[in-house]
Amino acid sequence: MANHYTEHPELRFELNHPLMKRIVELKERDFRDKDEYDTAPLDFEDAMDNYDRVLDIVGEISGTIIADNAEGVDIEGPHHEGCRVRYASGTQRNLDAMVSAGLNGMTMPRRYNGLNFPIMPYTMCAELVAASDAGFGNIWSLQDCIETLYEFGNEEQHARFIPRVSEGATMSMDLTEPDAGSDLQSVMLKATFDEAENCWRLNGVKRFITNGDADIHLVLARSEEGTTDGRGLSMFIYDKRDGGVDVRRIEHKLGIHGSPTCELVYKNAKAELCGSTRMGLIKYVMALMNGARLGIAAQSVGLSQAVYNEGLAYAREREQFGKPIIEIPAVYEMLANIKAKLDAGRALLYHTARCVDIYKTLEDTSRERKLTPEERNEMKLYNKLADSLTPLAKGMNSEYCNQNAYDALQIHGGSGFMMDYPIQRYVRDARITSIYEGTTQLQVVAAIRFVTNGSYLAQMREHEAAEVSEAMKPLQLQARNMADRFEEAVNRVKELNNQEYQDICARSLVEMAADTLMLHFLLYNATKAPELFEKSARVYGRIVHTEVAKHHAFVMSLSPEDLDAYRHA
Amino acid sequence: MSLNIVVLAKQVPDTRNVGKEAMTPQGTVNRAALPAIVNPEDLNALELALRLKDSHPGSVITIVTMGLPKAAEVLREGLYRGADRGILVTDRAMAGADSLATSYVLSQTIRKIGVPDFVICGRQAIDGDTAQVGPQVAEKLGLNQVTYVEQVDELKDNSIIVTRRIDGGVEKVKAPLPLLLTVTGSAAPCRPRNAKLLMKYKRALAPSEKPATGLPHAEEYEKKPYLTLTQWGVPEVEADLAQCGLAGSPTKVKSVQSVVFKTKESKHLGSSDAEIENLIVELLESHTIG
Repeated sequence: MANHYTEHPELRFELNHPLMKRIVELKERDFRDKDEYDTAPLDFEDAMDNYDRVLDIVGEISGTIIADNAEGVDIEGPHHEGCRVRYASGTQRNLDAMVSAGLNGMTMPRRYNGLNFPIMPYTMCAELVAASDAGFGNIWSLQDCIETLYEFGNEEQHARFIPRVSEGATMSMDLTEPDAGSDLQSVMLKATFDEAENCWRLNGVKRFITNGDADIHLVLARSEEGTTDGRGLSMFIYDKRDGGVDVRRIEHKLGIHGSPTCELVYKNAKAELCGSTRMGLIKYVMALMNGARLGIAAQSVGLSQAVYNEGLAYAREREQFGKPIIEIPAVYEMLANIKAKLDAGRALLYHTARCVDIYKTLEDTSRERKLTPEERNEMKLYNKLADSLTPLAKGMNSEYCNQNAYDALQIHGGSGFMMDYPIQRYVRDARITSIYEGTTQLQVVAAIRFVTNGSYLAQMREHEAAEVSEAMKPLQLQARNMADRFEEAVNRVKELNNQEYQDICARSLVEMAADTLMLHFLLYNATKAPELFEKSARVYGRIVHTEVAKHHAFVMSLSPEDLDAYRHA
Repeated sequence: MSLNIVVLAKQVPDTRNVGKEAMTPQGTVNRAALPAIVNPEDLNALELALRLKDSHPGSVITIVTMGLPKAAEVLREGLYRGADRGILVTDRAMAGADSLATSYVLSQTIRKIGVPDFVICGRQAIDGDTAQVGPQVAEKLGLNQVTYVEQVDELKDNSIIVTRRIDGGVEKVKAPLPLLLTVTGSAAPCRPRNAKLLMKYKRALAPSEKPATGLPHAEEYEKKPYLTLTQWGVPEVEADLAQCGLAGSPTKVKSVQSVVFKTKESKHLGSSDAEIENLIVELLESHTIG
């Protein structure tokens, strides 16, 4: 029986990273739940065993039920009935299976019926699901909106909403509008306080809302009349049971057909405030988006794994010139590149997830007791790391999964262009990953400050001192050389001190940082498990060597005077 | 109405993906080369039971398996999916049982539990493919039985309507409780394991599975009785030794061959006694049985 988890030993390797010891200790608060809950782990090994076994369940569901339904869901898509959404029948079966397996509210505390899992294994579940059906991945993964409600809602809201999510209530985050896409400061959906009913009322339109007919919505709306920027926006919770929000249409999309993308009309919909007014965009949506970006990074890695599997299977089976095409260098080079980017991107993804876990669990602990100074420093350190790595994980993995899907289709030749093979679906599904939850260009905007403030460079320099295997030492030296080039390029941009020039170089600089850091993560993996990662590390070393040289040449040869040739306005 | 349901399940070698090493040179099944799994149609049976429980809250599902101590894995798989308790029936004296001895021991076990509203089992196991154990258990317990069940259509007033999968179509059958059902592979597939139930029961062991010393987290078994699975042997099910295991098994396997049937070799029979008698005579003459 197909199992996406056990079939790929790279996943178990990522799960068993030494940092998990600290994460489990923090998440389980020294295993205080063990006498109260049958499901609580007794110790570190027990917790890790739970994650492994639950990943095995998710791997099985994703390798059987979700995989079997994927093609039907892609063809059928969701239905717009009246003002509601009815999922494609396969989507509903997928959801029923996940709910019946108890895979909702995964990261929530046990007192709210959650599994109290860290973000890291949860993210791996998201990868597994997305590898079979990226669109369904959205519906299931939107459960992580509950993190934001948990973080910023009050206890009474926790008690009302979190258990429902643990039981399978679906969620959506209603942010974008016809005139507010990437620019969320322009959100106009109006929130007014209804004194008579002592509740908020929402009026207006939201567009491109994933899973827009969800049971529980987090909504960004303008509560401060007369304001026009982000400081007038607040976050609200809308409960579908209260009514007042209609689905006006479902978009027809290139890919992720299983995931209904909705236009929503709010007609005096009753809602309640989450957290404080005016903090909606500047604090809560930022938290929400960081979680969602990790989710899209996981989706992207899942897609990369899926297209690698498709490309590999086809290349083994297809014979031309009297032999399987996998023996042809031009073909196996493409496969090697896909696998290298997959392994590097995945290493970055889970490193980011672990950083998020440490600072978030410490942050959560700080709501119960005062942190020690050491703990506060630890929290700050990992918060900074997570903030710097999240846009890289999202940006790079979403670009990689598109490149990988392109190459995997190429391996299929003409057959890949036909609708008969699953690769065409993956190519279409991958395309959105570099657009939603912040385009790659916006990930660059989020990441550039870590380029200019030296954060990435400091991380690279720290990794350069790490102990790696003899076989990986030349690549570690190469990574140092890449960091030098990065430093040189950054210095040039800083010295020229021209914003527009910096903006146009930003993508190159951010990619140089990501390439170098991912090489370090892969060197670590290849040192610990050469049988799994050494080939990828060698291939990836070559990919990023040329990539960094290319970006370096671009930045070093470009001057502010050259910008005119680029302008088209 | 809450129901008492017993599900019979068997641990079998996974014969669906048979490689070259699946048979020993002696022509017997090489169990070491095949992973042990829950018999697939027994999972369909479990799902049918779980759906009855879903629609009748408060119902209790007991999953029973007869086999070696390691067959307790079947019980854990049942508990992970929503069964309420598991009973392992194991005894050296039960070894080598054919379908007759198996159904005897299982019927004794069910008597011991107390005859429930439903006994539900898979149509047949993928190792022996006899499809005899379910019907024999029903006969021994004096229960009505419906075989080849695909789904439950209605359950009320102590009677049930089910859909049976038969050659060329389906049949709706109404029957009174208590009742034994055998479930076909075309019924709904079993639900996945539940994460919380898995974390709760993952350490559950039958007494004979526990090591004499060095049981990890031994104290947990004191605190949580559900971690020790019920285990019964010949004395507990009050079985007659002469009807158990090899002693109680008239079936003797002469040899095992890999035979591929072709459609044209199949034969349709009516349900008249005469036609069945003719077939039995034919099978006896060809030494296929007897």
